[in-house]
Amino acid sequence: MDYALIWAILISVAVFAYVALDGFDLGIALLFPWFKKEEDRDVMMNTVAPVWDGNETWLVLGGGGLLAVFPLAYSVLMPALYMPVIAMLLGLIFRGVAFEYRFKTKRAKGIWDLSFITGSLIAAMSQGIMLGAMLQGIQVTGREYSGGWFDWLTPFTLFCGMAVVIGYMMLGATWLVMKTRGDLQRQSYRAGWYTTILLVACIAFVSLYLPYVDMFIAERWFTYPASVGLWALPILLAVMTIGLLRSLHRKQEGRPYLWGLGMFLLAYTGFAVSIFPYLVPRSITLWEAAAPDNSLKFLLVGAMFLLPTIFAYTGYTYWVFRGKVDPDSGYHD
Amino acid sequence: MFEYFDALFLARFQFAFTIAFHIIFPSFTIGVASFLAVLEGLYLKTRNPVYQQLFRYWVKIFAVAFGMGVVSGIVMGYQIGTNWSVFSDKAGPVIGPLMGYEVLTAFFLEAGFLGIMLFGMNKVGEKLHFFATLMVAVGTAISAFWILSANSWMQTPAGYIMNDVGQFAAKDWFEVVFNPSFPYRLAHMLLAAYLTVAFVVGAVGAWHLLKDKTNAAARKMFSMAMWMALIVAPLQVLVGDFHGLNTQEHQPAKVAAMEGHFHTEARAPLYLFGMPNQETAEVDYALKVPGLASIILKHDIDAEVTGLDQFPREDWPPVATVFWAFRIMVGVGILMVLAGLWSGFQRLRGKLYDNKTLLRFSLFMGPMGFVAVIAGWIVTEVGRQPWVVYGLLRTADAASPIDKAGVAGSLIAFIVVYFLVFGAGTFYILRKMAGNPEQVTIPDYAKHKPTMAAERIYDEEV
Repeated sequence: MDYALIWAILISVAVFAYVALDGFDLGIALLFPWFKKEEDRDVMMNTVAPVWDGNETWLVLGGGGLLAVFPLAYSVLMPALYMPVIAMLLGLIFRGVAFEYRFKTKRAKGIWDLSFITGSLIAAMSQGIMLGAMLQGIQVTGREYSGGWFDWLTPFTLFCGMAVVIGYMMLGATWLVMKTRGDLQRQSYRAGWYTTILLVACIAFVSLYLPYVDMFIAERWFTYPASVGLWALPILLAVMTIGLLRSLHRKQEGRPYLWGLGMFLLAYTGFAVSIFPYLVPRSITLWEAAAPDNSLKFLLVGAMFLLPTIFAYTGYTYWVFRGKVDPDSGYHD
Repeated sequence: MFEYFDALFLARFQFAFTIAFHIIFPSFTIGVASFLAVLEGLYLKTRNPVYQQLFRYWVKIFAVAFGMGVVSGIVMGYQIGTNWSVFSDKAGPVIGPLMGYEVLTAFFLEAGFLGIMLFGMNKVGEKLHFFATLMVAVGTAISAFWILSANSWMQTPAGYIMNDVGQFAAKDWFEVVFNPSFPYRLAHMLLAAYLTVAFVVGAVGAWHLLKDKTNAAARKMFSMAMWMALIVAPLQVLVGDFHGLNTQEHQPAKVAAMEGHFHTEARAPLYLFGMPNQETAEVDYALKVPGLASIILKHDIDAEVTGLDQFPREDWPPVATVFWAFRIMVGVGILMVLAGLWSGFQRLRGKLYDNKTLLRFSLFMGPMGFVAVIAGWIVTEVGRQPWVVYGLLRTADAASPIDKAGVAGSLIAFIVVYFLVFGAGTFYILRKMAGNPEQVTIPDYAKHKPTMAAERIYDEEV
């Protein structure tokens, strides 16, 4: 295996870690409109307050890593996705400060609730739009983006944006099932049920629509016998969905989130399979985009030691803050 | 209004605006994180409750500032791609891994232990909690290490070759990371962060002392801050001088702009004031001390000092901006040294907390570190123009192929959002600072059932 491929896998892992972890942070905010009670919202925020910052750092690693090891892809994708990237950044600003500001004020609490919800909505929507824009292809001439200003904006990309919003809501709901009790938990079970069904509909639509409009993707998925192995993905996805719905029905607490993560992993793998070996779909492959070998090696030496260390202390943090969040404990202080 | 500017100008303005905002937060959090580690360490050693009070007081201020630093920092990383894509492609193989290491060694460390530092007091025990605080402080310093390495490489590129697709590629990573200006820049920035926070802490202490000079927590703050000022401010002058000499060696045009030297001359004057005129290449309304620049820069009154006339005009930085920013930075530095000396004198007389003029002066000096940091940043970044990689890649050749409307639109969005969001954050921080540190209550953690994260709910009843 060459360095470019190793890095493509590592960056994919970083981006998936971001989606899996910040996904439930964003999802919790997206569920806020259905949880109107202030105490419920306090608890919801406090289930992620100690970890959201670390979760978001995976996004910085994804972006920074892309710049470091695939600079050409970074320099083409960022201008191509200019508006959704800026929108995402602004959304993350409003989302991030809400964690601190919300507990600093009583009078303006509503404003920071709104900032939390809309910031997360814009960030999640933008991420979905970027995903869709990559699937529909990006126009490149030489080493530069040569498409239009609004190429990223199509009904398909908007649909992908909505799908990611729904997916994050599902992750948020299953996370809350694990971390809360009582009414809040009961409502989370229900939210988990609805969002799962909606999400499956979205994934099904994208999976059927893409091969229909894109020859490259159709070939990848329907060339016999090379693609037979890929058919495991939709089958496994069906298994995960059933597992998730059943665990919700049986009122299991930890499993729904894990099943949900499994669904995300499969959909994400489907995305990766659909664009491989391109980093900028249909223009630049990961080998063309790769930085010189000594850049890849230099960062890899560190990453080999640092990534396991990061996993270890991140795991420790989650361990420290394990268990349910009690609504009444906050009032003692 | 935007018809007068081109996309390049707007992209530069956007970068300048977002980074000027961003740099405030790291320079604050680097200092406060270290301060918190010292406070918690002192508490564990002495068991004097005032240290724990101060820790709990400042950790909340830290949390708000850290949040703002994180969100404004993410913008910086992605903006390199959106507005400076040619730079990303060409320089990515060199500075990308440095930034990658910043994420792997610093950001995760800070973020991972921040949760325990802010919410974990009743979960992990005090030694582990101190460890978490220490890790956050170490993380902020490591972050400065990498980002200043990347910035310094752009100022004094070393250890690279150009590859066949026109990218900078590393030849020797050690030379890249420890490029010629890096040690000076890192030392100067870290000291700037410590000084900035020393004066903020000093001002908060002074504010509460002016209301009640027996306030024990305020006395402790003021005393600690003034010790820092006394020791570190003169040290910073020394480091700044070394940094200047290094800049003269590697970026003589920048130093010429800082000094307002359009002409190469022996016995070069030091301009105290004046209006550098880029058109006529003269300093108008000059107030100068003959020979002093030669003494400062070459340590010899008769030495010849390089002027901008040694460089083609298209390689000149905007002289007036650099000239003035430099004077502001140095001016604040002198005031900091004065504050340190004055407090030392009052301390010797045993009247550190009684002199109202000193307390008011310290209050005035509270935000001055930020002024110096931003001015210093302007000196170093505007002074290296028109280059983004010094002498090798022009800023004008580094921009993205995007149209003006996009940059203008995002610029307006950033300006509006930053003023709203960071305005609110500053308000919350100032309100925290107005709270009396002596009235910080220390909960009895032993009595708490292990519950998650909820400790900080309603920490402000407003």
